[in-house]
Amino acid sequence: MIGGSKTAHSIVEPTPLAKRVSGVIIVIYALITMVPLAWIFATGFKTPSDSISYPPKILFEPSLEGYVNLFTTRTRQTPEYMATLPPPTTWYDELVRSRKMVIAGPSKFGERFTNSIIIGFGSTFLSVFLGTLAAYGFSRFKVPLKDDLLFFILSTRMMPPIAVAIPIFLMYRNLGLSDTHLGMILLYTAVNISLAVWLLKGFMDEIPREYEEAAMIDGYTRLQAFRKVVLPQAMTGIASTAIFCLIFAWNEYAFALLLTSGTAQTAPPFIPTIIGEGGLDWPAVAAGATIFLIPVLVFTILLRKHLLRGITFGAVRK
Amino acid sequence: MPEVRLENIAKSYGSTQAVGDLNFTVGDGELVVLLGPTGAGKTTTLRLVAGIEKLDAGSIHIGGQDMSTAPPAARNVAFVFQQYSLYPNLNVYDNMAFPLRSPVLRWNESDIRARVEQIAGLLKITDKLQNRATHLSGGEMQRVAIGRALVRDPAIFLMDEPLSSLDAKLRTDLRLELKRIQEDLGATILYVTHDQTEAMTMANRIGVIEAGRLVQLGNPREIYQTPNTIYVATRLGHPAINLLPIAAVSDGQLAHGGAPGGTKTLGVRTEHIVIKKVKGRRKSHGVVERVNRLGDQNHLHVTLGEATEIITLVPPDTELNVGDRVAVRITDPIWFDPSGNRIASRGC
Amino acid sequence: MAEIRIKNLHKAFGDFIAVRDSSFTVANGEFFVMLGPSGCGKTTTLRMIAGLELPTSGQIMLGSEDVTFYRAAKRDIAFVFQLFALYPHMNVRQNIAYPLKSEGVSRAQIKDRVEETARLLRIDDILDSPVSGLSGGDRQRVALGRAIVRRPKVFLMDEPLGALDAEFRALMCDELRGLHNRLGATTVYVTHDQIEAMSMADKIAVMNNGSIEQFGSPQEIYDRPTSTFVAEFIGSPPMNLLSFHAGLRKGRKTVKLSNSSIAVPELRESVAPSELLLGIRPEHVRFDDAARLRGRIMSTEYLGSTQIISLSTSHGPLKARLPAEIAAKTGDNVGLTLMGERLSIFDRATGRAVQTALYETVPHA
Repeated sequence: MIGGSKTAHSIVEPTPLAKRVSGVIIVIYALITMVPLAWIFATGFKTPSDSISYPPKILFEPSLEGYVNLFTTRTRQTPEYMATLPPPTTWYDELVRSRKMVIAGPSKFGERFTNSIIIGFGSTFLSVFLGTLAAYGFSRFKVPLKDDLLFFILSTRMMPPIAVAIPIFLMYRNLGLSDTHLGMILLYTAVNISLAVWLLKGFMDEIPREYEEAAMIDGYTRLQAFRKVVLPQAMTGIASTAIFCLIFAWNEYAFALLLTSGTAQTAPPFIPTIIGEGGLDWPAVAAGATIFLIPVLVFTILLRKHLLRGITFGAVRK
Repeated sequence: MPEVRLENIAKSYGSTQAVGDLNFTVGDGELVVLLGPTGAGKTTTLRLVAGIEKLDAGSIHIGGQDMSTAPPAARNVAFVFQQYSLYPNLNVYDNMAFPLRSPVLRWNESDIRARVEQIAGLLKITDKLQNRATHLSGGEMQRVAIGRALVRDPAIFLMDEPLSSLDAKLRTDLRLELKRIQEDLGATILYVTHDQTEAMTMANRIGVIEAGRLVQLGNPREIYQTPNTIYVATRLGHPAINLLPIAAVSDGQLAHGGAPGGTKTLGVRTEHIVIKKVKGRRKSHGVVERVNRLGDQNHLHVTLGEATEIITLVPPDTELNVGDRVAVRITDPIWFDPSGNRIASRGC
Repeated sequence: MAEIRIKNLHKAFGDFIAVRDSSFTVANGEFFVMLGPSGCGKTTTLRMIAGLELPTSGQIMLGSEDVTFYRAAKRDIAFVFQLFALYPHMNVRQNIAYPLKSEGVSRAQIKDRVEETARLLRIDDILDSPVSGLSGGDRQRVALGRAIVRRPKVFLMDEPLGALDAEFRALMCDELRGLHNRLGATTVYVTHDQIEAMSMADKIAVMNNGSIEQFGSPQEIYDRPTSTFVAEFIGSPPMNLLSFHAGLRKGRKTVKLSNSSIAVPELRESVAPSELLLGIRPEHVRFDDAARLRGRIMSTEYLGSTQIISLSTSHGPLKARLPAEIAAKTGDNVGLTLMGERLSIFDRATGRAVQTALYETVPHA
């Protein structure tokens, strides 16, 4: 009689030991990948001097200075002037004054962050909306030159942004789209739509057309059938496509740096420009990066159950 | 009168003709079955009637109105698909209510409730109404699919092999139930199948389809007893009809005299064969090759002469055994000419 | 030599007992079918034989080897799934050759084995075509080819025809049985379709709730079901069960239904007064105007050579299979005779068959 533990388990199902071992490996891997994130998170709570000390400080006294610096602009004043001021009314006033400075006003971070939200979610909505309709069309109808069109759509993604940056810059300047929300939304939509069409076409192809046919015979128009029957079933695909589109638009740096400078500037080109005394204000940059992570994180967690299916799209059949 | 008339309808996909020059009428309250193998054009015909495919030629009249170019929603037809017909995002009740909520009907919710519950009762799925459509067994799913068609009062029900994805036992049960419901409601149904048992037991009339053309239309007995061609003859009967070349049969074996002129093939069904065991030195026609016991049927395989085999039903208590020499007499066979057409037998 | 011996095989998933203490033997070269409704444990048993699942207790012997805890790859078996996946980027030949390549068989040998397999399956003419254009039937044959080419000791098949449509399933039944006759390899086949089981099996195990209800040849199971479950599961339409109340003494040769005395096989055991069922196959019912057992015709189904007549009697519904030429009109009242030597008697409460002369050769489960 040969080996194997005498436990009642399926061989295709892992044994408890295997589950535990793989669990440990996953945790170790996760910890390693989380080091940079943890570092940014921690740096956000350091003082500027702690943040650049060498060797790096693992243990430090937490401070909210980074966050205060992120949201405010400050001016340095003489001790004489400081003495004339009334006592500080808030904790952040106090913190700033301890550095011999006073708060001059709010920083631009709030605006830039709002821009990121408008442009990121706006372009995601537009890409997914147009992509869904286009994917349905490509999936269901005889479109002349269908394959060529699909290839053409994808080709917009083949060029590195820097290759098309100059023509787009000139084009936008002439059209008055430079540094506008609309301009950035259109640009990100143009880049994302190829991804959206290709991903969503895969999902649409998997939905049997009998569903719409049945609805059309039952007295619905094609558009109604699309809305009531196809859309609910494509939700998984739409959700995961939306995540991919948002991640791209949210993190995009090159176009944003080139085409925006004021009104429509997004957070990515803004954050690294936060200057403190004597160079970059690392705690403020880290604080900005931490806050910047939150919306994508929340969005991804909300749509998490769709994401796995989205990543393996087409590969898994019911 | 909601009768459905198909006139010379035709449909091609590229260079392959799926349906060619099809003509027939489904009368009010009638169940017509289109019978044929996969690819014969049965499903295309249904889809043309429903309006989900466009006609190349011909016309379709539903309830006296020319509907040849009308969109599906305007045709007042209901369709039951072979599979995939329930909306996975809706529960059973909402699936069945779906057609009644369409812009064409737009019933009020209390009428919808009454109707859905009535049909659910008819199909014995009342206790499943709140289930998710994806949490049903195959048989239940198909009941709901049929229910979704039945809630409406269409001019015609179009059914595309609604039972073929079910296992044998469920198929038998649902077949009987569907026939009973059809008779109770007086529904007009055009039903497509490749299953001869469904065709025989359910149809008022059977239309046998071969390569997109209707080869014969008639009631089950007519199609079974007087098939126009060899093709039609082989569509029905279990065990299948035996096709014997005229040379393999001697005149003495034919109970009612010789074959009419021009006969090339004899179509011999199990009920046309009388087999007797031959003892001693008396003349025999064949040898029992094997007895195949299929449970509900016992098939006797007999070799005639050199190479011709006939398969026939024998009663479960048969005394015939493998190797027995037998006399084979043939009564009332169906005669076919060299091109496979039936020759009308004399005197009948 | 590939006999499969299963001893006290038991499998529990938590509280749920999937397979309950089963023992049976599949003889070398036998076509063995496990038949039952979904959830009866047939697939779990098959997966344990394959090594895809480990038993809670019990033993699986393959030939003289105890393989109970061997990995699937170490047992010399081939498994044919319901959904047969072919590699779409390979042609038929490459698909069939694939299992051999992974075993490191030489090129010349692969060519010979693949071609031999293709001839067996009668697909040698499509060996070099791509699999994408193949019909459902040919795809199924290629999938079988991939299982056969390794020449395993045992074939395990899990509803391999379940995904095919009914017309084609009947054809593949004949083909599979023919193939088995040519290869002679021990085969364990799982299905819920009694027609598949009846037309292919040498031996059938009818399973229900994790236990084997009856084990025997198709004919034995059809003619002498040992329980009402088997009686109703097998046959289309299934066995009729007419209810009556009686106490029966050992040695009796008749039972009384209504006022008529019906001959039955001689009883080999006594039955205390209780609710009983008289089991009769539809083809063993005859019309006889003089008979005292009466029935009213509810409906008829014309099948060409035969017809199925549904009747209602004072002992419950009854279906009869009769030649098509017998006149039967809905609403008619007819007399019925039953072929006495083919009748079974069941205890209504337990579902068990009463021992009679007919059952003498059948071991009770």
